[in-house]
Amino acid sequence: MPAILEVQNLVKKYGDFAAVKRISFDIKEGESFSLLGPNGAGKTTTISVLSTLYAPTEGDATVGGHSVSKEPMAVRQLIGVVPQDLAIYDDLTARENLSFWGQMYGLSGKALKARIVEVLEQIGLSDKANNRVKTYSGGMKRRVNIGVGLLHKPHLLFMDEPTVGIDPQSRRAILDSVKELNKQGMTVLYTTHYMEEAQELSDRVGIIDHGELIALGTQKELTRQVGENDTLILRVGEGEDAEALAAAVRALPGVLQANVTDGAVTLITPEAEEVLAPVVTKANESGVKIRAVEIQEPNLEAVFLHLTGRALRD
Amino acid sequence: MKKILLIGWKDLILAFRDRAALILMLVAPFALTLGLGFVTGRFSGSDSGGLSSIPVVLVDRDGGQLGNALVDLFQSSDLATLVAPTILDDPAQALREVDKDRAAAAVIIPAGFTASIIPVPGSATTGQVVHIALYANPTRQTSAGVIKAILDGFLSRVEVGRVGGQVAVQQLVSHGLIGAEDAAQVGGEIGMRQAQAGESTAITLKGALDSEAAVQFDVLAYMAPGMALMFLMFTVSNGGRTLLAERAQGTLPRLLVSPTAASQVLGGKVLGVYLTGVAQMLILIVASSLLFQLSWGNPLAVLVLVLAAVFGAVGWGMLVTSLAKTPGQVSTVGSAVMLIFGILGGSFFSLDAMPHWFALISKITPNAWGIEGFTTLGLGGGLAEVLGPVIALLVMGVALFTLAALIFNRRGVAQQ
Repeated sequence: MPAILEVQNLVKKYGDFAAVKRISFDIKEGESFSLLGPNGAGKTTTISVLSTLYAPTEGDATVGGHSVSKEPMAVRQLIGVVPQDLAIYDDLTARENLSFWGQMYGLSGKALKARIVEVLEQIGLSDKANNRVKTYSGGMKRRVNIGVGLLHKPHLLFMDEPTVGIDPQSRRAILDSVKELNKQGMTVLYTTHYMEEAQELSDRVGIIDHGELIALGTQKELTRQVGENDTLILRVGEGEDAEALAAAVRALPGVLQANVTDGAVTLITPEAEEVLAPVVTKANESGVKIRAVEIQEPNLEAVFLHLTGRALRD
Repeated sequence: MKKILLIGWKDLILAFRDRAALILMLVAPFALTLGLGFVTGRFSGSDSGGLSSIPVVLVDRDGGQLGNALVDLFQSSDLATLVAPTILDDPAQALREVDKDRAAAAVIIPAGFTASIIPVPGSATTGQVVHIALYANPTRQTSAGVIKAILDGFLSRVEVGRVGGQVAVQQLVSHGLIGAEDAAQVGGEIGMRQAQAGESTAITLKGALDSEAAVQFDVLAYMAPGMALMFLMFTVSNGGRTLLAERAQGTLPRLLVSPTAASQVLGGKVLGVYLTGVAQMLILIVASSLLFQLSWGNPLAVLVLVLAAVFGAVGWGMLVTSLAKTPGQVSTVGSAVMLIFGILGGSFFSLDAMPHWFALISKITPNAWGIEGFTTLGLGGGLAEVLGPVIALLVMGVALFTLAALIFNRRGVAQQ
């Protein structure tokens, strides 16, 4: 499959602050690709540059062979954007919103009307299409927000954290619709700080932190970076000295790494069950009470932890 | 162009679906006009209404029947509350009174004025054509406009009398009721009677261009435009605010990543503000016409003036928007501009009562030009009479738009 998006040494600076630092990757046609990273990692800035909202400071990217910096209008014809914030008009109905945005993408007449009916069906709002958006729940608004991005059947769809701040049911519906769109052949670039979403949706994942692309590959390729190691999470009681516990267990045989994240001690170990007993002993010796223990198989969270020493939520 | 219209139309719909904005756009100016109407006695039959005791200097160098009739008209009890005439002999002194801002206008009735219209007995012809001179005070345009309207009304009736006399005499001669040698004397008497017959309706001011349509000077004809123009400034600043609000809520960036040029987006936003302002003004004009029986004047001229006034006002709205960083800043500064321009532009009181420097400063506001134009139209003027304000408003709009566009261009629409 040819690449529909190619990013080469892309840099975006705001004054002296570099939000995106020389990142390069490509996305093949029909691929579902996730940019995974914590808040402030540079995901939204990357999408903003790739969707031609902001010009890159250095480097370039092409969509369907068109440069985002030199041929922005050609790029805009090929892309659809679902922004993180709800970018729709509250005082218009869902149908009026879709009609307005469809016309901004050049749709008109019967084709527009037919497409609006299809999209309303797709986002499950046919029966509420004539209600003003301000009367909708958060999840319904999110669906309209997504519907707007789908109207003109873009070749490449940018979805910037579309599930932030919504209920689990709406989140499930959005994830299912993204998978369905990808199954229908649409190329998707999805940004998220939820590891589970990236794991569920993506053929390949790029992990981004502090504006740098620190890992790129399929999930198997990425988890291989942490080997077959398990992640052992020790949750301690309130007021307990997690740092002291981390320092105490770091020297134990079989513990490769021990860090404190979100008040819990996170250990990387080849065999979690084997080190569990000595860890508990060390905790007792240190006077730190362990409240709960969690063992995780290798996953993208572990990869991020392995690469940065921090959890995705940090 | 289609996308500009689409964005503009969308903004017009959104503006009229915003209840809070509707209150300030339509209800507030209407309520204030109504309140001021009660305060000034507009609804209790009082004719004092805002403008009163307009100082005017009269110089009658004619001394004939018509010259005396004009002086009598200004001194009549019907106009006693509206004008305060002073009779002088020296035209130069009358002009000085105006120059020193002690009078709103000077009316110089030249010698031979009566003879130029009514043939002297024993003669079949009238004297040489002479012109009454009206010397208007530029800083008291509304008051000067009232004096002009009174003068126009008088001249209109004189003209009606002259033509009526001619027609009557021709009929009498053709039917053999009088001889040709008596025609001049009879014509003069008929014309004089007809002209004098109009004196009893002196409070009714007639427009020079339409002698049949009597225009009652109405205090609301001053207040309603004043309030409408003041709240027009709210509409344009609120419209500008939506540009920054759209940026904050993400719809502006979304527009900018659609196949739409930034200039189209900005053009559409400006068009939306403009359409909203025009709709607001037209609704207020139609509503006040229906509910207050207020005559705004020549409909075409009113429309042209509305289009120009909104253009000038939108220019200010865009300049404020281009300088602000947040929607809140636009709202705050916009409200301040609305009130300052309302006071400075004469929305609350006639600029005629203010010092010369104040009237000069007021010219930076669309309110002052708009009120001047609407007052002229309310007094019976036509399109030609409001060309000055219209051109001034258009020039104001172009200058402010250019400035705002330069600032937008420097800052960037999306990243301002």
